[in-house]
This record gives sequence, structure tokens and C-alpha cells, in this order.
Amino acid sequence: MSTYANKKGFGATLWDYLTTVDHKKIAILYLISGGLFFVIGGLEAMFIRIQLAIPNNDFVSAGFYNEILTMHGTTMIFLAAMPLVFAVMNAVVPLQIGARDVAFPFLNSLGFWLFFFGGVFLNLSWFLGGAPDAGWTSYASLSLHSEGHGIDFYVLGLQISGFGTLIAGINFLVTIINMRAPGMTYMRMPLFTWSTFVVSALILFAFPPLTVGLVLMMFDRMFGANFFDVAAGGNTIIWEHLFWIFGHPEVYILILPAFGIFSEIFATFSRKRLFGYSSMVFATVLIGFLGFMVWAHHMFTTGLGPIANAIFAVATMAIAVPTGIKIFNWIFTMWGGSVKFTVPMLYAVAFIPTFTMGGVTGIMLASAPADYQYHDSYFVVAHFHYVIVGGVVLGLLAGINFYWPKMFGTMLSEKLGQITFWTFLIGFHLTFFIQHFLGLMGMPRRVFTFLDDQGFNTGNMISTVGAFLMAFGVLVMVINIIITSVKNEKVGNDPWGDGRTLEWAIPSPPPFYNFKQLPLVRGLDPYWVEKMEGKKEMTPAEPLGDIHMPNSSILPLTIASGLFIAAFGALYHMDDKTWTLPIMIVGLLVTFGSMFIRSVKDDHGYHIHKEDLMDDKDKGGKA
Amino acid sequence: MANEQSNSANPNVDLKYRRKKNAEEMKHQVLSFTLMIFFTLLAFAAVGIEGFSHWFIKPVILLLAVVQVIFQLYYFMHMKHKGHGTIALFLFSGLAVGLITVLVFLTIVWI
Amino acid sequence: MQTDERFTDATWPASPEKATLDGKNKYLGFWLFLGGETVLFASLFATYLALKDKVPNGDAALAKDLFELPLTFVATMLLLTSSLTSVYAMYHMKNNHFKQMQAWLVITVALGFGFLGLEIYEFNHYVHEFHHTFTSSAFGSAFYTLVGFHGGHVAFGLVWIISLMVRNAGRGLNLYNAPKFFVASLYWHFIDVVWVFIFTVVYLMGMVG
Repeated sequence: MSTYANKKGFGATLWDYLTTVDHKKIAILYLISGGLFFVIGGLEAMFIRIQLAIPNNDFVSAGFYNEILTMHGTTMIFLAAMPLVFAVMNAVVPLQIGARDVAFPFLNSLGFWLFFFGGVFLNLSWFLGGAPDAGWTSYASLSLHSEGHGIDFYVLGLQISGFGTLIAGINFLVTIINMRAPGMTYMRMPLFTWSTFVVSALILFAFPPLTVGLVLMMFDRMFGANFFDVAAGGNTIIWEHLFWIFGHPEVYILILPAFGIFSEIFATFSRKRLFGYSSMVFATVLIGFLGFMVWAHHMFTTGLGPIANAIFAVATMAIAVPTGIKIFNWIFTMWGGSVKFTVPMLYAVAFIPTFTMGGVTGIMLASAPADYQYHDSYFVVAHFHYVIVGGVVLGLLAGINFYWPKMFGTMLSEKLGQITFWTFLIGFHLTFFIQHFLGLMGMPRRVFTFLDDQGFNTGNMISTVGAFLMAFGVLVMVINIIITSVKNEKVGNDPWGDGRTLEWAIPSPPPFYNFKQLPLVRGLDPYWVEKMEGKKEMTPAEPLGDIHMPNSSILPLTIASGLFIAAFGALYHMDDKTWTLPIMIVGLLVTFGSMFIRSVKDDHGYHIHKEDLMDDKDKGGKA
Repeated sequence: MANEQSNSANPNVDLKYRRKKNAEEMKHQVLSFTLMIFFTLLAFAAVGIEGFSHWFIKPVILLLAVVQVIFQLYYFMHMKHKGHGTIALFLFSGLAVGLITVLVFLTIVWI
Repeated sequence: MQTDERFTDATWPASPEKATLDGKNKYLGFWLFLGGETVLFASLFATYLALKDKVPNGDAALAKDLFELPLTFVATMLLLTSSLTSVYAMYHMKNNHFKQMQAWLVITVALGFGFLGLEIYEFNHYVHEFHHTFTSSAFGSAFYTLVGFHGGHVAFGLVWIISLMVRNAGRGLNLYNAPKFFVASLYWHFIDVVWVFIFTVVYLMGMVG
């Protein structure tokens, strides 16, 4: 496969990626575009910190600051963290359960392109009259009165990329339910697969309310509806509820995969079975379940009344229980293990105290009466950066380091990885620890500057210095990736030497059909089970036979691009321009036309014949 | 389904059995459809006939709707057959999320 | 197994929609999608209930003034019956009777068009008789969005079923298209499920007050 790929020119490779339905290549697409948006979101963060470095700064104007802070939040959540999570899921989950691909390869590709075009659409707002400026939550009472098209870009961009996420969620659910290898029972699934499963269920139920909220906002802003217009009988609280019914599960959608990644890393580098596997599964499911009944804790100060506040406060605090179970299980996994401090393991170890601090401030915020003090202050900013950067981003950095060899067949440099780790971790704590105190001292969030005599000067300066350290860490990581890719030293199946799960039993990167013969799973951590019995590879569960593969297709890209075109028509519709309607129609025609072609043109896929597979010897990385 | 993938030695015997099974099931479907129509008539009648208090009508027609939907799901959409455990789990989870949403929108949206 | 293989009555599997892995995946994936759709419609219902009769001034029409029993009743009967006819279609699919299946689907589609026509008439009626429009009040926006979303689902379902029928008219049933027909019928039933709640919650309860 790889020798074959090397011969292809740039154009052919590009076409290959544009039309691919292979989960491993889609993972790479998610990784590249997620990484790109991560850098954009990071630059926005740097602008925020530069502006706030000194009092009365005029690095950016107040209006522009609002745009930057809105786009920083929106980009990081929807366009960086989500796709990076999907990158790891796509790269790993089918391998972990012993499947040849996901259940719907075509939809997998469609999900990616929807996300991609949605993200590009949202970011085009910078060049087309200004970005959204009502915060990532875009509360209706603010956003309805936002001038220009910023909010419209937000609404349409997120709508398109939200469809992509929903599709990806359904795809993973079906994959995990239907496509597990023989012997891979639910209670033998690796924890990363478990967390993907729970997360996909959360996506399935959390994204529809967002879709509805965005549709209502679109109707209000672009087509004259009155959902949030109080004068016409509307109600702005509806948006807040719809947004947070989605928004709270969303943060669990982000953090649970990180938990899954860390569970794999702790077990691998402690060279011990994960402590309390079944309680970890239980805790994951319970977090997912409770995640749906706590959203109103974001709205304590809205005035929902003491009964509602009390119910949601108690439910929120209850989430600390399953999370605590997880923290202790990870510590007990390391306890008595033969721990190896590789870069992924460093992230995992650093994650425990960092995330616990975010959890503790979470409990503080969950006390409704106390929340009246913390609300909309830097204390909240510090809290959610501790859980999202300290949890999700550390998890993603760990996961990318851990699975890099499986995705690309090369090892990232440990030395540069350690530099990234230390600068990023120290920079992170410098940036955000002080913000707890800034918040308690009264610094409000989302305000573009502060005055000299408020006592915020030192704290903000420290915070900005920390942000530069984090940026340096990320820069070193980019250099690390470039050096590693140029060197291109191929590694074998199990480069860490301690792989426990199925993905480490096959070449890095895996052949495009993943498993020549589906493996027989004989226990939790199946590859480890075989290793302990002195075997070098998995026992096959089937004789060598023809493998059915899906065909590549350009249609996912055209379906998504049609919506992208139509979105421009909808966006400028309220300006009474004549060309908007035709543009909308053309875009929808492209989308529905592509869907029509997809449904009337039979696609049976193709078969790799047994004879070809027998020639295709597994030679390390060259599958 | 009880006879899923069953292939006895004689395909014609199997076929006859399956045809009979399917016909029987179709009979159940028609029966459940009749009941659904009946429930619909009841609901419309409850509203159409003057004199009932709306404290009576509203719960009754909601109950009729729920029963009718159960018929749709379990008979028309085959959820009564085996192998629908996962499906039921996800459908009812969705329903739970939806019901909480409705409840909240009826109570704590400043109305 | 070749998915476009022709079958005799005897070799046709008992559950053709789930006989291949592809079919099984489609079947489960579609049900999960319906789980998500449940939340979607629940959110729309919730919005409608929160905004019901919320109008800017005293002249605007309320639910009580708008809805009429006969129209809703006919629409309901059309859609409920179309649910039964699609059950008949799936019955014949399981028996490998392609022609009968197509015939029942034609009836289903015809009933669906009848329903859609009534809905268009109804909306038109409200707009012109009562000046109850999408932009006239929050109540109007919520009503047309909820009922219109359902109507949009009906329209999409019609296009879907018709293209399936036309595409496969020349070649009959096989294990490649059987899951597609089955999933489309599931979708059609789901539309009916949503309508049961719409006629109860929006129309009947709206008329009660």
C-alpha cells in the first residue's frame, strides 16, 4: 500500500484524500483541519492575552475584541477540539474493535466535509464584514441586535458543521454496536471505545436541540420570525435553554474521549490492567447520563427560581462522584505498576492534578448561591480552561503523541515532546491559575480592558506570559511533527512495546483493509492476553478470504459544498439582494442533486481477492 | 423475529410457514390500525362534543395519543420483535431528553 | 453474498432488510437517527408550547380561533391510512412480491400528497383569513416552524419513496434495495408518530384552549 502510494503524484494524492472513505485517511483529514483551526483559535487567544497584558491597552478595539473572544471560544470548541477528538476516534476505534472500517464509510466522509465547509464558512466572516461578536453562547438578547453578518455566519456555519457531527455520532454508534470482532463483547471493549460509544450517544441527543436553536435564530435574523423578539411575544430564555441543553452535554462530549485516551495510556505505561475496568465503564455511562440533567447550572443567575436552581445544583454536584471514581482508578492503575514516563504518560500524570483542580472549582460553581458571586467573572474563565485545556487539550496532546506512530508509522521525538510538555504545562498554570484570583477580585469576563488602579495589573501580566509559554510549546510540537515527517523512520506494529489492545497487533500504519483476517478476541486487552501466552500475533477468527471494500467517492464533498454555497444565499437574503435566491437554489440543487446521484447509482464496493492478500506480506510498516 | 434465518431442509415447507407467519402478522397490523383509528375518533369526539371540562379532555387525549404511538412503534415499526433492545434503549433515551425539554419549557422559561 | 443476486420466493430471506451486514447497519443507524429526530421534534414542541398564543396585541388570532376539527380530521385520516398502506407494502416485500409492494407504495404516496395538499391549503387559509403569518407573532413563528418541519419531512419522504420506486421499477427486489425500502417505510411511520402528537397537542388541545 505505502509503496503504491509513494509512486503517486501530488494531484493523485490530493484526489485520493478528497474522495477517500477510509477511516484512517479521514482521521488524518480531521487531524490536519482540526490542527489548523487550533492554530487559528490559538492566535485569537494570543490577541486576547496581548490586549489584556497591560491596563487601558489599545492593541485591539472593543468591538474587535468581542469578535476575537467569540471566535476563540467557537473555534476552539467546534472547530478544534471536536475534529481533533474525531481524528483520534477515526484513527483508533475501528482498529480497537477489530473492524475493517466504520459502518458507513460514505457518511464518515460526508461528516468530515460538512464539518470542514462549516468551519471555513464561519471563518470567512473575518473577511466578509466582521466575525460574530455575541460570545460563543450567542445569547439571543445580544445576538439579535448584533449588526452586520457576524451572527449569521455563526448560525449557518455551526448548522452545517453540526450536521457533520451528528452523522459522525450515528456512524460510531452503529460501528461499535454492529462491527465488533468475534469475542469482542461490550465488557471487553477498550475504554477509549467505550467513551466513544457514550460520546456518540450524547452527540445523537445533544445536537438536535442545537440544530433547533440555530434554526430559530436563523429564522429570526434572516426570515423575520419572532421567536426571541419579546415585543412580538417571543422569549429569549428559549435560546438559552436550547443552547445549554446542547452545550452542557457538549463539554462531556469533549472530555469523555480524553478520559478514554488517558485510560489507555495509564494502563499501557503502567504495564498493568486498568484498575476497576467495570467501574470505569459504569462511571463513563453515568457521566453521560447525568450530563443531560445539569445544563441549567449555566443559568443560575437567569432567575429560574430557587427550586429549579436547587435541583440543578444537586444534579451537578452528583457528577463529581463518577468523575472521582475515575480519578482514583487511574491513580490505582499506576500504583504498583512498572511505570514508564514517556511523553503521553507525562501528559496523563499531569492531567490528574490539573483536572482535579478544575473539578473542585466546578463544585464551587455548582453551589447556586455562591455562583451569584462567581458568575461572569474570571473565576469562571479559569474553571473552564482548567477542565477544557487541563482535560481535553492535555488528552488530545497525549493522544496525538500516543497514536502518532499508529497513524503515520513514525515516532515523534521524545526530547522535543518533553519540551512541549513542560512549557505547555507550566505556561498553562501560569495563564489560568492566577485568573481564579482575578475573578474573585472582581475582574469580569468578556471585557476588553481594565483600569490601572483596579489591582489587576500583575495578575494579567503573569497570565499573558503564561500564554506565550503555551504558544512556544505548541510551536515546538509543530517543529517536532515536521522533523519527524521529514526523517520518516518507520516503526513496527507495537512501537511503544507495551501495546495492550488490537490496534497494536497490526502494522503502523495499518493496511487499508486493517485486518487481513478478523482477530479472535479472548479477553480484555486482547493483544496483551496473546503476548502473555508467548504469542506474537492475534489468533485469526476466520480463514483468509475475499475482503469487501467500499468505493471512494467525491459526492460527500459536493453534498457539503452545496450547503456551503446555499448558506451564502441565506446569509445575504436579508439585505434584499436579487442574487441571493438563485444562489440558495443552486447550492441546494448541488446538495440534493449529489444526494440523488448517491441514491440512484448503485455502489456495491469491490472485493480484494484472497490471492492478492496472500502476496501482500506484512513487512513491518509496509503493509 | 421467531423465524429469522431459519432454513429447514425443505425450502417449500419453510416458505409456507413463513407466508403463514407473515399473513398472521399482517392481521395483527390491521387490527392495531383499527384500534388506532378508533382512538383518533375518540380524541376528536372528546374535543368536538361540547360539555367536557378541559381538565378532563387534555389528559385523556394525551393518553390516547401515547397509546396510539405505542401501537405505531411496536406493531407498525416492529419494535415488539426480538433484537430491538438497543433500539428501544436509544429511542427511549431520546424520548427522556425530549420530555425533560418539554417540561422545562413549560415551567422555567419566565412564563 | 452478492447483494444484487436474484432470489426466488423460497430463497428470499425472512428478514431481507437485515440479511446483510450493510442492511443491519442501515437498519440500526436509521433507528438511531430517529432517536435523534425525537429530540429534534421534542425541542420544537417545547418551543411551540412555550410560545403558544404569545402574540404582540389583542387583535392577533389565537389557537382557539384558528383551528377547525374537520380539516385536521381529514388530514389525520389520510396520514394514518398511509401508515397502514406502507405496512402492506412491507408485508409484500417480505413475501418477495415486488409488484404488490410497488402498488401499495403508490397508494401511500398518493395519500401523502393528499395530506401535503391539505396542509398547504390550511396554511394559505390562516394567512389570508386570519393574517396569522410566520412573521406576525412569536406564536405564528412557532406554529409554522413545528408544523412546517413535519410537512417538510412528509415532502422529503415522498421524494425519497418515489425515487426508490422509480429507480428499482425495472429490476425488482434484492438484498441491496430491500433495506432501503424498509428504512423508508420506518421513516414514514415516524412521520405518522410525530403527527399523532401534533394533532393532539397543537390542534385538539389548541381548540380546547
